[in-house]
Amino acid sequence: MSEETRKTTGFTRREVLATGAAAGAIAAGLSIAPGIARAAPKKGGTLRLGIGHGSTTDTLDTATTTDLYMQVVGNACYNYLTEVSNSGELVPELAQSWDVTPDAKVWTIKLRKGVEFHNGKTMDSGDVVASINHHLGEDSKSAAKAILEPIAEVKADGKDTVVFTMKTGNADFPFILSDYHIGIMPAKDGKLIDPMSGVGCGGYIIENFEPGVRTTLKRNPNYWKTDRAHVDSAEVLSITDVTARTNALTTGEIDAMDKVDLKTAHLLARSKKVRLEEVSGTQHFTFAMRTDTDPFTDNNVRLALKYAVDREALVKTILLGHGVVGNDHPIGRSNQYHADDLPQRQYDPDKAKFHLKKAGLDSLKVDFSAADAAFAGAVDAGVLYKEHAAKAGIDINVVREPNDGYWSNVWLKKPFCAVYWGGRPTEDWMFSTAYADGVPWNDTYWKHDRFNKLLVEARGELDGSKRRGMYFEMQKIVSEEGGVVVPMFANYVMGVSNKVAHDKLGANWALDGFRAIERWWFA
Amino acid sequence: MAQIWKLLKSAPPTALFGLAVIAAYILVAIFGPLLTPYGESEIVGSQFELWGEGFVLGTDNLGRDMLTRLIYGARNTIGIAFVTTCLAFLIGGVLGLLATTLGGWADQLLGRLVDVLMAIPILIFALLILTITGTSVPVLILVIAVLDSTRVFRLARSVSMNIVVLDFVEAARLRGEGTWWIITREILPNAMPPLVAEFGLRFCFVFLFISALSFLGLGIQPPTADWGSMVRDNATLITYGDITPLLPAGAIALLTVGVNFVVDWFLHKTSGIRDDK
Amino acid sequence: MAKILKMVTQRLALGFLTLFVVSMIIFLGVELLPGDFAQEILGQSATPETVAAFRRELGLDLPWYTRYFDWLGGVVQGDFGKSLASRRDVSDLIGGRLLNTLFLAAVAAAISVPVAMILGVLAALYRNTLFDRTINVFTLTSISFPDFFVAYILILFLAVNWNIFPSISNVSSDLGFWEHVYRVILPALTLTLVIVAHMMRMTRAAIINLLASPYIEMAMLKGISRSRIVTHHALPNALAPIINVIVINLAFLVVGVVVVEVVFVYPGLGQLLVDSVAKRDIPVVQASCLIFAATYILLNLTADVLSILTNPRLLHPK
Repeated sequence: MSEETRKTTGFTRREVLATGAAAGAIAAGLSIAPGIARAAPKKGGTLRLGIGHGSTTDTLDTATTTDLYMQVVGNACYNYLTEVSNSGELVPELAQSWDVTPDAKVWTIKLRKGVEFHNGKTMDSGDVVASINHHLGEDSKSAAKAILEPIAEVKADGKDTVVFTMKTGNADFPFILSDYHIGIMPAKDGKLIDPMSGVGCGGYIIENFEPGVRTTLKRNPNYWKTDRAHVDSAEVLSITDVTARTNALTTGEIDAMDKVDLKTAHLLARSKKVRLEEVSGTQHFTFAMRTDTDPFTDNNVRLALKYAVDREALVKTILLGHGVVGNDHPIGRSNQYHADDLPQRQYDPDKAKFHLKKAGLDSLKVDFSAADAAFAGAVDAGVLYKEHAAKAGIDINVVREPNDGYWSNVWLKKPFCAVYWGGRPTEDWMFSTAYADGVPWNDTYWKHDRFNKLLVEARGELDGSKRRGMYFEMQKIVSEEGGVVVPMFANYVMGVSNKVAHDKLGANWALDGFRAIERWWFA
Repeated sequence: MAQIWKLLKSAPPTALFGLAVIAAYILVAIFGPLLTPYGESEIVGSQFELWGEGFVLGTDNLGRDMLTRLIYGARNTIGIAFVTTCLAFLIGGVLGLLATTLGGWADQLLGRLVDVLMAIPILIFALLILTITGTSVPVLILVIAVLDSTRVFRLARSVSMNIVVLDFVEAARLRGEGTWWIITREILPNAMPPLVAEFGLRFCFVFLFISALSFLGLGIQPPTADWGSMVRDNATLITYGDITPLLPAGAIALLTVGVNFVVDWFLHKTSGIRDDK
Repeated sequence: MAKILKMVTQRLALGFLTLFVVSMIIFLGVELLPGDFAQEILGQSATPETVAAFRRELGLDLPWYTRYFDWLGGVVQGDFGKSLASRRDVSDLIGGRLLNTLFLAAVAAAISVPVAMILGVLAALYRNTLFDRTINVFTLTSISFPDFFVAYILILFLAVNWNIFPSISNVSSDLGFWEHVYRVILPALTLTLVIVAHMMRMTRAAIINLLASPYIEMAMLKGISRSRIVTHHALPNALAPIINVIVINLAFLVVGVVVVEVVFVYPGLGQLLVDSVAKRDIPVVQASCLIFAATYILLNLTADVLSILTNPRLLHPK
């Protein structure tokens, strides 16, 4: 795939090619469970997915997509400018190729010709510009507004070219265009016709959309990709109760599900009709301390709390081994510039006590807010943390917050709470989302001059080895001075019927990078 | 003492069984900390260890001793359920009887107030209040008691509605007895049986309600052990025929059966039917 | 009869007042919840700017009373507004859901009410026998289990092990009647197990309570058979409390089945309501709550009318 991609994309600058190729390894997850041996995909059948998210308030507007349910539906009915392939490379989708100026400031994107929307309209630069503008401007309600903030201007240059001008250099910009919020939709007179209609260029057309219940999709007969969209139709069910989901899979009501209950995963794996599939990517869980609030203003207190958690025990108990320990920074092992040589922080009550003493404290009592809305097992994780920290003279009082309103009421508000991050495919994206000074999701309210300086430098840097050095240093800074405990990176664990076949699974997101519907087939 | 003994001797075996269960639960609840091999939230092994030495009933999803959790669960759950139900009956019962005895506008006012409370789906109401106030134990008790009391009110009212129109109540009124006297001396004794039967059931509804709340992520604060949440935490296992979640559920069921056996005995005694067997 | 008519009209009028108060409480309750629609819909990805934009567009920046009375004005004209999330008419959104909820409630009631009445009468008739005790233990055990747990056990046996019924109630409007019934059998059975004990025990208690009355003793002395005494003499007079409990349980079947809906993935009103509360989609919350409240008020009124009709003393007060 990548060979062919390079030929068709036709980069003009060698450097970009180098970056692009290097970026190829980004987010290349480690597919752990071997999939069914590769065979030529067969056409036909109805793929039924059971997803542990979904709400009656869901809409087809990708700008407000927040959970896996709409992410999977969105990836079936929309196409994006770029795509992260199953091996973690960035490949063109509705873009055909891109080109950038040496300062990484102006990105020129050539669009694929002759692609049609479900409504028969041919996709052109006007649609792309309108689709991007949907997320920008004062009235935008898009969740992608923050990540598209670096765009100074987007304009069409003829029917098949779009030019993005950045406020500052941004070497990873094409990655951002693969974000699930930025579906390309048809426009008229510079405005999207109807962002809630579900009309896109994707491999499947919405037949019936019942928010919070089910979505039925049928194959797009005019789909431009010839090697995708194998099944005739698909049904996506929202089954939020994990037991119900598991039962539906074992009784054959659905063909695949996300978020297997880890406690019983080993029992599910015994079934002859079903197999477990697991990929490890960038999904991680954090315990975020507000560094602007006492006692977390003191880095010694933060370090004490970092040494007071037994990461191995959390991975073993909460993830039941379906994950790896974190090292108090948000960059996963599958990321391109992961700092492998940074020593792994260990559970060490004595060191925790040492840092407490340095902070001038004999003991410490803190409230820790958690809810299963943060991530499955967050409350249990808190209870375990409490037990670990007790040995270091730290009393953690676990407060079970209501699931309802967790993200608006607890996260970013409470001084110490459990947080879920899906992770981002690039270092810059992750750091500038949640660690840069003053960004809205900086949940630790952390300010570090050196870190922020490096962040901007690395973003505009096209030289891979220089970037590597910068990102290594940044991970070290976050780990040693940041406000976040990153105890673990969690695998995406899915249950799949043995009737279903697929290629190597994408590790960037659950369900084959959200693309199960267009990538999978029936064996 | 001799009287109690005589009473017990006359009780049917089911009632004795019920009394024994209740007594055992109360003892366990009171002396819990002495009986348990480990601390309430102490992590003592790896998760889901099998039954056997060290852990008589195995360990739970975090590696805490199941038996210990069950015993502490008895303490917390029975205590909360008992206080809540008593409070609910106090509020609901008194208001219900007052409504029928006073009649007129008092009845209307109370009736409409309860209508409003009951017309709001109970789970949604609890969700609204608990999300705003947080789920500390006193708040939980108060919220469930108030919500439950509306059900008690309705029952008390409908039962006593049949009684207030009876002649002896009329007579008491004519004698000029006060409202409170009429309620406690004339109406309550006659309204007691259905109310007691209701008590037996309401008691176990409290467990269930707490467990339903834990389904929505509200419920008792960790690491406090309570049976409702324990069922929820381990429920998935039942799908694979593992009976771990049956333990807390069984504990609730046994108590419910026990309490209701005693209630039945009481009903039988107060009904005054001669045992025709 | 005229008295009853008067009472019914009075109560209906009061019912509207109740609905009004309920809508006010719910509105204020949702207002008091932390976070609003704009924040909840964006969840973790909410930023101050996008939230502000959302609020402007949906008019959420207006004070609550303005929004409440706007909404109320619409309702008076039969317009329940549009969902904040999907911009669809609330009535469109709720219609199908309501039918599903009522359908499930009807199936569950059709099974549970006769079963509970029959078991209750039998238990009263053969009280303190092995039969009575077995029924008692069984029903008591079944209600001591949380509803989701009863559901899991039923699914384990009837769906996973024996494969008789589907484990999820995946219904859509194009299903035939019997297919629809088939798919809701498991949730209906779950609900039956959950509510039967309550109704059955009340039936039993109410009948036994009457068996000591002088008129029953008189009937016994006359040598009327026990079963006739129970069904013809005791039952009619015990109806008031029984009807009350049945009505409360019917109301539960409509209003309180959220957890069962979640477990069986059944698209009913309860799930819609919980989702809408979570996202602060006020028009949908309001409309669902009003439907639930109206259901409750009507059932309640029915219970009171029946209680009066079954008790001549109340029908003709001195």
